[in-house]
Amino acid sequence: MEGLTLSEAEQRYYCDLFSYCDTEGTKKVAPNGRVLELFRAAQLPSEVVMQIMELCGATRLGYFGRSQFYIALKLVAVAQSGLPLRVESLNTVKDLPLPRFVPSKNEQELRHTALYSSDADNSASYSGVIPPPPGRVQVKKGSVSHDPVQQRTSTDQQESTSPVVSPQQSPPTSPHTWRKHNRHPSGGNNERPLAGPGPFWAPFSEAQPGSSATGDPTWSGHSPPPHQENWVSFADTPPTSTLLAMHPASVQDQTTVRTVASATTANEIRRQSSSYDDPWKITDEQRQYYVNQFKTIQPDLNGFIPGSAAKEFFTKSKLPILELSHIWELSDFDKDGALTLDEFCAAFHLVVARKNGYDLPEKLPESLMPKLIDLEDTAEVGDQSSEVGYSSSPAEAPPSKSPSMPSLNQTWPELNQSSEQWETFSERSSSSQTLTQFDSNIAPADPDTAIVHPVPIRMTPSKIHMQEMELKRTGSDPANPTSPLLVKPPDLSEENKISSSKFVAGNTVADGYSSSDSYPSDPEQIGSTVTRQRSHSGTSPDNIAPPPPPPRPHPSHSRSSSLDMNRSFTVTPGQQQAGVVAYPPAVPPRPQPSQGAGPHVHRPVDAEGLIAHSSTSPQQIPEQPNFADFSQFEAFAASAVNEEEDEIETHSEVLQVEKPADSASSLRVAKTDGRVEEKAAASVPVNAGKSTTPLAPPPKPIRRRLKSEDELRPEVEEHTQKTGVIAAVLASQPSIPRSVGKDKKAIQASIRRNKETNTVLARLNSELQQQLKDVLEERISLEVQLEQLRPFSHL
Amino acid sequence: MAVCIAVIAKENYPLYIRSIPTENELKFHYTVHTSLDVVDEKISAMGKALVDQRELYLGLLYPTEDYKVYGYMTNSKVKFVMVVDSSNTALRDNEIRSMFRKLHNSYTDVMCNPFYNPGDCIHSRAFDNMVTSMMMQVC
Repeated sequence: MEGLTLSEAEQRYYCDLFSYCDTEGTKKVAPNGRVLELFRAAQLPSEVVMQIMELCGATRLGYFGRSQFYIALKLVAVAQSGLPLRVESLNTVKDLPLPRFVPSKNEQELRHTALYSSDADNSASYSGVIPPPPGRVQVKKGSVSHDPVQQRTSTDQQESTSPVVSPQQSPPTSPHTWRKHNRHPSGGNNERPLAGPGPFWAPFSEAQPGSSATGDPTWSGHSPPPHQENWVSFADTPPTSTLLAMHPASVQDQTTVRTVASATTANEIRRQSSSYDDPWKITDEQRQYYVNQFKTIQPDLNGFIPGSAAKEFFTKSKLPILELSHIWELSDFDKDGALTLDEFCAAFHLVVARKNGYDLPEKLPESLMPKLIDLEDTAEVGDQSSEVGYSSSPAEAPPSKSPSMPSLNQTWPELNQSSEQWETFSERSSSSQTLTQFDSNIAPADPDTAIVHPVPIRMTPSKIHMQEMELKRTGSDPANPTSPLLVKPPDLSEENKISSSKFVAGNTVADGYSSSDSYPSDPEQIGSTVTRQRSHSGTSPDNIAPPPPPPRPHPSHSRSSSLDMNRSFTVTPGQQQAGVVAYPPAVPPRPQPSQGAGPHVHRPVDAEGLIAHSSTSPQQIPEQPNFADFSQFEAFAASAVNEEEDEIETHSEVLQVEKPADSASSLRVAKTDGRVEEKAAASVPVNAGKSTTPLAPPPKPIRRRLKSEDELRPEVEEHTQKTGVIAAVLASQPSIPRSVGKDKKAIQASIRRNKETNTVLARLNSELQQQLKDVLEERISLEVQLEQLRPFSHL
Repeated sequence: MAVCIAVIAKENYPLYIRSIPTENELKFHYTVHTSLDVVDEKISAMGKALVDQRELYLGLLYPTEDYKVYGYMTNSKVKFVMVVDSSNTALRDNEIRSMFRKLHNSYTDVMCNPFYNPGDCIHSRAFDNMVTSMMMQVC
């Protein structure tokens, strides 16, 4: 080793560095760890570093002795100032600036360097240079430029506290300026600290210790080099967007290369700074920094920063208000005028990016999106609470279902009233207030259904609200097989939002009652039912909302299905309740009056509704409050259906036509046994009065048909409709507990049957009308004849 | 669907006005300005009793040969005026209402921004995008 003459400052500096690197306390420093970091921080190309190491003899020795270390440092300084690495240059080069190392070292180092800076002041050659750790040191430099003593102390404080200067005012700019300083050293520019950063530093130097104090712990905790290296990596990766995939490590290497090569201009620095691997990804250190800043404003990490406080904070970054406004728009994800921690970090990050020259995106980048966990948590909590709220009313329904139908009816009117409220809301407003109220009500209602809920504004609010109500109610049902179904509706929602909403409603409702798998697979059925439902849009919400009645069971299945139903009901009590709930809905329009759910049943509507209901899926059933006597009903229905079929066959073709309807009606009649009064089915009470057995009701409709055709015609039609409904209900009952395939088939079959029934009935109607006309004509002709004959007779 | 959308402050100066055919913009400005009178007329016609329950959507303010003008006034007396091309058939009332609702929602979002001072012109990009989406549907 050649003799090495070091100036006093150099000596001190090198000594400190050596002691810094000499972690083990031996007088040797292995060329690993801190030494390497140090050399890397010197931002020299690796070949240069190797050369230095070779020159100083460390490679020979395998370690850095003190002298080797000093030589190496001197060579670093030589290299940084752009001079060729020569052994001779060690002593020949005079006034060599101290080697600059990018990563900041220990605070102690910094303090030492602070002292050095004071020395540097003394020596003109070092005026601009200032001690190494550019990040922190530069702060000092800045301070030196202004008021050496004061600012040094303040910067010292700051440095000891946070490597990023003046976090207070404009934290983002600190990395920025810091980067600038990096640039400068590589350029060997003595003026560096003062030129561009000068004005920046001024505000920074005003930074109060208070803020820095908060940032301190984290900063000091971090190993500065990695942090700064990250920052450096930002600097180096110019916003050419090639960086996206780069790793910090690789970036670092490139950084070193580039930093040496690139010229140093403020613009360049700005451009190069703030590149992230993914340009918008927040590194851990950054995040930690942001979190600390958040804490300064809002100690509770789960709390919010109000808009005004955030405004003040970000205004300090000296960005134009327009851009800050845009940043706010991007980062305030939930548009509540306050920033959560995630939102704050995103906003902060955007400010940093902007300060470093990145253009603001139009949309919030994905990596900056606030973690929905928070939202979900709150949403879930809210959902749960609201679910509880919602379930309170529907929950009232299920328990009361089994005990007594009237109680159900009571809850039903309640729900209906609420639905009316929904209606009034929607109708009343184009006001966004009510709309948002709706949204807030709807969204949290059920986390599951929330996903499914079509929130879009609909044209027929009443329907929608009814459905949503249903959704909530069903969603809050104790049996929650809703989830599987809920997953499926979104697919369907693609079709028609309205129809999908209904579909969803129907599906969710169905879920509670059946292995709903069949439903999603039957979009066309649902669609048809939906269309039918839509046809009722003008009618009361009740009719619109009630999901289509369960499909009518095959006659062949009836018996077995009823058995299955019984079995399934016993097996699944929860579902049973749901199922119980499910079934009645199919018949909603009819029986209501007796239950007190009269308003729900509208005669004129019934005709329509029944058609719909007959084709609707079991989902409508849940709305039916009349769930009592279910098991009886099933048993009765089964037997009734069978008997009904037999009886039906014995009747006229008209009756045959209505056979399925009859079976349904018989079922329904049986079901309404408990209810008894049906205004539409006057015959029902008759039958009920006639026989207490379930068999009695079935014959009733038939008997009625045996009456005058005219009389029965309208009633028959209604009956058939009702029977259709009932059949559907009955069908749904057995089908509900069944397997998916059977459900599907059952539903499809029932829908087909219903359709056929409808067409048949329509035809029948027209035929009967025609017959009536004919008969009337005949009558008229006969009367005319009579008139003609009379005079003769008189004569 | 709209040809021109304007947001008028309480003091009847425009916070935001944008129209599609960039030519003849002045005509739309004039139209919107004159429609303010109609808005006031409608509001006063409702009477004091209805102020609390006033429907925000004012409906068709007046039709002209080429277009129709719809109005909407929030509770803070901020008015949204929308000029719609008459040739645009079947623009139902509900759709106009939904457009106003969207406008209102976006306006509230702008207001939530702490960097926006009420009374300033609206420069929000999100608001612009939303308005563009409503207007671009036409052409």
